[in-house]
Parts: sequence; structure tokens; C-alpha cells
Amino acid sequence: MAKDTKTKSTTDFKKEAHKEEMKQQVVTFALMIIFTIAAFALVVSDVIDRYFIIPIILLLALVQVIFQLYYFMHMKNKGHEMPALMIYGGISVAVMTILTFTTIIWW
Amino acid sequence: MSNEDVLNPKRMPHEPEKATLEGKNKFLGFWFFLGGETVLFASLFGTYLALNDSTAGGPSADELFGLELVFIMTMLLLTSSLTSVYAIYHMKNNDLGKMLVWLGVTVALGFAFLGCEIYEFYHYIHGEHFTFRSSAFGSAFYTLVGFHGGHVLFGLLWILSLIIRNAKRGINLYNAPKFYVASLYWHFIDVVWVFIFTVVYLMGKVG
Repeated sequence: MAKDTKTKSTTDFKKEAHKEEMKQQVVTFALMIIFTIAAFALVVSDVIDRYFIIPIILLLALVQVIFQLYYFMHMKNKGHEMPALMIYGGISVAVMTILTFTTIIWW
Repeated sequence: MSNEDVLNPKRMPHEPEKATLEGKNKFLGFWFFLGGETVLFASLFGTYLALNDSTAGGPSADELFGLELVFIMTMLLLTSSLTSVYAIYHMKNNDLGKMLVWLGVTVALGFAFLGCEIYEFYHYIHGEHFTFRSSAFGSAFYTLVGFHGGHVLFGLLWILSLIIRNAKRGINLYNAPKFYVASLYWHFIDVVWVFIFTVVYLMGKVG
């Protein structure tokens, strides 16, 4: 009996934990929608100079992707040291690749 | 852990996708793959950024793109990312039925996205006469966006076959990593799309 109660309460605890994570993910989704609408609205409204718009929409994309990685893809959870190493390794090579391709056309 | 425990776990662990060695390896290997995918897409983005002014007298990004369809496509893919989060939530609570329903919704949204993309390409090719061979910009555009579209198609077929194969099996420690990894892939497709709609479409419109 006592054992059963223990099992049940751990299951409840897990369900609670899953629910808590779900809540954060729904908030993440709302934020991502807001970032997307903001980016489109900035470009459509054409109120800001183009030299400012491009860094702003790139920043919005970056923040949105960080949310996606950490909340939707669970990178904020424990045991994600190796995934972080993999993805940041990938991102650093990606940045160098894009730098190479965009600077090579200057000359 | 015996084979019987993997296929018929008495109690579902907190993280069924990482409860077995095979699951842990799938998880690590898949993140390794995603790191590689990041570099692969970066080379396509770099090519696009280098060539997007080389229109060879053909239509430019600003003349070509309309933002309405791209906005709808973005919302479809973003929502499908959330529905696959729902599916994994139900997987962790060991609820096969609800997980399959949300995976089904994810697949439906993905196909809607793909339909929009095919319509868009069809419109460019037949309406605007902008093809892969029109200019360096055309080649770079179709390669980058088409490669992403190919990833979407692959992801859809992958998730669809997981649904069909496991519909009668129930969730266990053998197939939980499969569902989890497929959902990671689907989120990654959305990550790439965020940069496509920003770098290709929005920056193309700004000029």
C-alpha cells in the first residue's frame, strides 16, 4: 500500500513537471509569434531606415531561434552539454562560412 | 534492462527517450547531425547572400517576393512546431492516442506549408519566368529554399512512417527515442525557416 502511494505521487510529480514545461513552451510559442509579426510589420510599415531594419530583424530571428533551441528542443534541461557542444560547434563554423562567402565578394 | 522491459516497460520513466543506451546514442548522434546540418545550411545561406544581387537582368528579390504567402507559411510551420511539442508532451505522459493525433496535426500543417511552397515556385516559374537558370540569384534562391523544402518533405515522410509503423505498438522505450528525434528534426526545420524568411524574404524586400 505504502509502496503504491509512493509510485502514484512520483507519477503525479512527473505529470506536474511535464505540465510546467508545457506552460513554458506555450509562452515560448506566443513570444515567437510576436517576434515574427514584429519582423514582418517592421518591413511592411517601412518607417525605419533600411540600415536599422536589417540588424533588428536579424536580432529578432536570433532571439526566436534561441527560444526554439532552449525551450522547444529542451536544451535548457539537464544533460544537454553534448548537444550544446554540437550545436555551438556547428554555429561557429556556420558563422565563419557565412563571413567567408559574404566578404569574398568585396574584392 | 531486458528486452522485455524495453518493449513493455512496467512504469514509463521520466524521460523515456533517454532510458536505454540506444536511446541515449540516438539523442547524441542526432544532435551531432544537427550541428552538421547547421554548417550545410550556412554554406547555402552564404552562397545566397553572395549572389542575391546577381540577377543578370532578370527579376530581383524586391520585385519578385510577396510577403503575404510567406507570412502564412511562417505561421503554418511555427504552429506545426508547437503541435509536435504537444505530441512529445503526450509521449512523456504515455498517452499514445493523443500523441498520434498531434503528430497527425503536425504532418497536416507541414503538407499545407509544402503546398504553399510549391504554389510559390510554380508562380515564379510560370508567372514571372524566374527559374533555376535565370540568374545566379535564381540558382542560389532555388537551391536554398528548395533544399529546405526537401527537408520538410523528408520530415513529413519520416513522421508519417513513424505514425503508421507504431500505431498499434504503443509507446515503449524502443520507439520513444524515434519519436523524440523526429520532433527535434522538425524543430530544426523551423529554425532554418526563421532564417530563410528573415534573410531571403524580409531582407529581400528591404533591399
